[in-house]
Amino acid sequence: MAKNETLGEVMRRQGISRRGFLKFCTATASMMAMPPGMVPAIAAALEKARRPSVIWLSFQECTGCTESLTRSHSPTVENLIFNAISLDYHHTLQAASGTAAEEAREHAMKENDGKYLLVVDGSIPTRDGGVYSTIAGMTNLQILEETAKGAAAIIAVGTCAAFGGIPKAKPNPTGAVAVSDIITDKPIINVSGCPPIPTVITGVLANFLTFGTIPDLDKYGRPLAFFGDTIHDRCYRRRFYDQGLFAETFDDEGARKGWCLYKLGCKGPTTYNACATTKWNQGTSFPIQSGHGCFGCSEPDFWDAGGFYKPLPAATIDVGGAAGVAIAAGAAAGAAFGLYERNRRKKAQSSHEPLTVDDLD
Amino acid sequence: MTAAELLNWARGPGLQISLVVFVLGMTYRVLQNYFIGRKASLAEARGSQWGPGIETVWRRSLFHPGMTGKGYFTLIAGYTFHIGFLVTLFFLAQHIELFKSLLGFGWPALAEGLIELLAVLSIAALVAVLVDRLVDPVRRKISDFQDYFTWVLTVAPLITGYMLVNGMAMRYTEMLALHILSFEALLVAAPFTKLSHMVTIFIARWYNGAIAGYKGVQS
Repeated sequence: MAKNETLGEVMRRQGISRRGFLKFCTATASMMAMPPGMVPAIAAALEKARRPSVIWLSFQECTGCTESLTRSHSPTVENLIFNAISLDYHHTLQAASGTAAEEAREHAMKENDGKYLLVVDGSIPTRDGGVYSTIAGMTNLQILEETAKGAAAIIAVGTCAAFGGIPKAKPNPTGAVAVSDIITDKPIINVSGCPPIPTVITGVLANFLTFGTIPDLDKYGRPLAFFGDTIHDRCYRRRFYDQGLFAETFDDEGARKGWCLYKLGCKGPTTYNACATTKWNQGTSFPIQSGHGCFGCSEPDFWDAGGFYKPLPAATIDVGGAAGVAIAAGAAAGAAFGLYERNRRKKAQSSHEPLTVDDLD
Repeated sequence: MTAAELLNWARGPGLQISLVVFVLGMTYRVLQNYFIGRKASLAEARGSQWGPGIETVWRRSLFHPGMTGKGYFTLIAGYTFHIGFLVTLFFLAQHIELFKSLLGFGWPALAEGLIELLAVLSIAALVAVLVDRLVDPVRRKISDFQDYFTWVLTVAPLITGYMLVNGMAMRYTEMLALHILSFEALLVAAPFTKLSHMVTIFIARWYNGAIAGYKGVQS
C-alpha cells in the first residue's frame, strides 16, 4: 500500500464515486453535529488527506471493539475510514505474525515518529509487573509506554481502554488500569462503550483526518458529539417514564406495550452515549428498543454498579443482615446503659444525706 | 473518585452504613429511655394511662382553640412541610423501588407531577420557618447550631431531589449521588439530634398523656 496516496486517490482507485464520497462527507458532518455548510470543507480536506499511520494495540480485551468496527456488510462509513487510514499493526486483521509483525510496528513507529495515531483497546494489567498480558515477551505496560512516545494522539477504544472495563471489575486480580492512568503527556480520546458504536469510532477518526485535531471532549475525555447526552434524555420511551408507566417484568403487559424499563434496571439516566439516536447495526435498534434496559456500558465501573437488573434507586448490597445486627446491638446497648443509669440514680437517691445548717459552714 | 464510583458507594456501602447507624442509634435511644424508667408514683391512680396516652397523641396534632397567629403559622407550615416530605419519600415511584429492595415489597405510587408540587411547597414551608426562626427575637436567641444544621440536613434531600428530577445544575450521575448522600447524612445524624423525634414523638406524646391520665386529668 503506497503510503503517499491521498484519500481521494485511494477512493478513485477503489471505484468509489464522487457521489458516494460526498454522501460520506455529509454523514460525517451530520454525525459531528456540524452545519451542512461544512460538507465542502470536509470533502476538500479528506480529498487531500494523506493516509495517516495507525497502530492498533490490543491489550486485555475481548476483541469486541474490533468486531464492532469491522461488522459491516456493505460499503459503509466504517469501511471508508478503514480505507482512509494505513492500519500498520492490528493483531486480528494483520497478515503478518510473529517477529515480522513486531518489526512492522517498529518500522511504522520510526517512519512516522510524532505523527502516527495510536489506537488502544483493552485494559493494561499492572500487578506483578504486568505479567498477566504479554506480547512477544513484552508486557502491555512496556509496549504502551514505548509506542505512546512517538504518537500524535491516542484513541482509547472501548470501556476497557477508557476506564478499565471488565478486567478492572472487583476484585481486579490483574491490577487492570485505563490508558489514561499510564499515559499522561499525550492527548487521549476515550471512545467508551462495550463495545462502542462503530460510527462513533469512525466519527472520531474522520474528525482527526479532516481537521487534524481532537474533537471537544467531556470531563472523561469522550467526544461530546456522541457522549454529550444521556440515553434517558434521548430515549423514545421517555414519555412513559414521565407518565409513570413502567414494565414490572420482562414479559408483562407493560413490557409488551413498550413501557419504560426503569424498574427492570435501566441505567439510561446515568449513561452518556449515542445509542438512543445513532443506534446499532446501521440504525436498526438499540437495547431498550429490543426490550432490555441499558446497563451503562460506556460509563466507568459499570460492572460494579450492583447488577444490571437492580434499578438505580435500589440498594446494591443486602442490608437486612446488618440491620438485624444493628437492632440487636442497639437494643442490648440501650438496655444495658438504661439499667446502669437507673441503678446509678437509685444509688444516688438512697445514699443521699440531707443537708443540715452545720454543713453549710 | 469518579462520579460513578461515588454513586456506586452511595448505593452500596454508604446505604448500609447509614441504615445501620440510624437503626442502631434509634433503637439505643428509645430503649435506653425505657430502661431508665420513670419514678414510681406513690399516689393512687385516678385514671388509666394507655387510653389518655393514645388520646393525647391524637389531640396534639389538632389546632387548639385560642391559638394565636404565631401558633397557626407554626402548625400550618409544619403540616405543609411534614406532609410534603413524607408523601415525597413514600409515594414517589423511584423511592418505592428503594423500599422494595430493602423490604421485599412495594406499594402504588402517586403521580410525579403531584409529588413535585408537594416537594416545592415543602421547601417553601421550610424556608418560611427558617426565616421566622431568624427574624423572631426569642426564637433567634434560643436557636443553636443544631437547629440550623438539622434544617440543612432536612432541606438538602428535597432540593437535590427536585434538581435531579428537573435536570438542573449537574449531570444526572453527580446529582443522584449527591441526593442519595444527602439522605444518608440525614439518617446518620438523626439519632444524635432532635431529628430523632421522627421515632420518639409518639412515645413522648403518649407519655405526657399517660402521666396526666394517671392523675385523672386531660393533657
